[in-house]
Amino acid sequence: MAPQLNEVPARLAEIREEFLEMDPSDRLLLLLDYSNALPELPDRLSQHPGLLEQVVECQSSVFLLAEVDEDQKVRLFATAPAEAPTTRGFASILVQGLDGLEVGEVLAIPEDFPQSLGLTALVSPLRIRGMTAMLGRTKRQVREQLES
Amino acid sequence: MPVAPDPSDRFSQFAHPERLVSTDWLQERLGDPGLVIAESDEDVLLYETGHIPGAVKIDWHTDLNDPVERDFLDGQSLAKLLGEKGISPDTTIVLYGDKSNWWAAYALWVLTLFGHKDVRLLDGGRAKWISEGRELTIDPTRPATAEYPVLERNDESNRAWRSDVLAHLGSPLVDVRSPEEYSGERTEIPGYPAEGALRAGHIPSAQSVPWARAAEEDGTFKSRSALEAIYQTEKGLKPNDSVITYCRIGERSSHSWFVLKYLLGFEDVRNYDGSWTEWGSSVGVPIILGTEPGAVPEKWRRN
Repeated sequence: MAPQLNEVPARLAEIREEFLEMDPSDRLLLLLDYSNALPELPDRLSQHPGLLEQVVECQSSVFLLAEVDEDQKVRLFATAPAEAPTTRGFASILVQGLDGLEVGEVLAIPEDFPQSLGLTALVSPLRIRGMTAMLGRTKRQVREQLES
Repeated sequence: MPVAPDPSDRFSQFAHPERLVSTDWLQERLGDPGLVIAESDEDVLLYETGHIPGAVKIDWHTDLNDPVERDFLDGQSLAKLLGEKGISPDTTIVLYGDKSNWWAAYALWVLTLFGHKDVRLLDGGRAKWISEGRELTIDPTRPATAEYPVLERNDESNRAWRSDVLAHLGSPLVDVRSPEEYSGERTEIPGYPAEGALRAGHIPSAQSVPWARAAEEDGTFKSRSALEAIYQTEKGLKPNDSVITYCRIGERSSHSWFVLKYLLGFEDVRNYDGSWTEWGSSVGVPIILGTEPGAVPEKWRRN
């Protein structure tokens, strides 16, 4: 069945619930857990960082690459420095929530998903925009590969 | 009682050496009862990944800004914030942070508006502490609550509002943004497009001195003679000039405000925190494009 427009995929919805169930004061620590759990890049990418696209909307250097495999599933890779744990946390949520999803599921993720995590007031609206930009770039990269 | 200043030779060259401390000095005073160390970073989670033992966290955005109005917290909120961090009016506060102390300087400037007497910067900030292999901890700091009185913020001496800048046109202004932001090629600092303005360029007659020119590679401040060569010889500023610094939201210009006021001893320096995000979106204010400071248009000339 084709996913509904603007539907949050199950894994991302679970991550959101995980944040919203927590006391606001603990949500930043959960974001830090995600930050620490950002998967390493596979060798083929870590040795060729030029393959990843810089998310210039983020305050620190974060790079990401979305690939569509032969089964029409999205593979998402991201890297961000340890000195930017908030950005790393955002990247990690997206990688863990999106990687392996169907193309249609990724494209249907609402643009405002980052604002729904209950983090906006804790990290500031300014900082949450970096995650919105990462999601936007991921979707754009997926669309470009479908068109080519 | 305030803690005695760092007597390092390196700082004695500056107009107000008591405003800086070295990593060695701080290391020896960890746990000193009159001293509170506070970390202020750009990244809201960086403190949690490891901080100087005993340091508290003061976030520039979530702690120091009012959540609704574009302004700083009021005296009541500040009293609560500082009290919870174990700070009383006679506490010596040492601030440090990432990005060569941008945000630490911003926090220092905000605390100065409230008149906190003894607030200093750790020269070189977080990066220097780490590069020297000094200890960091993820253990939360739980300070004993202190009493901090409700003080009224006094913006007069150190803060400029848009109307102050308009009245100041013709007197020295220092634009500390990147050359591309100054010339108007772009409205935002590379990597920070979310804080754009509707128009690009700079305030007429403002001199361009990117903030980072005041810092060495390792994030420490340059020597007094190197700083004088930039601000006084090259840009022609004089210590008795009235000077206003600005950037995009007032954080990089807090760093330059600190340099002019405390390291070079300028008597009258104000930071315009509305900065380009306000000026560049204001209706009817003059703007200059290009790499030259430009002249103040006739109708705005007051000085």
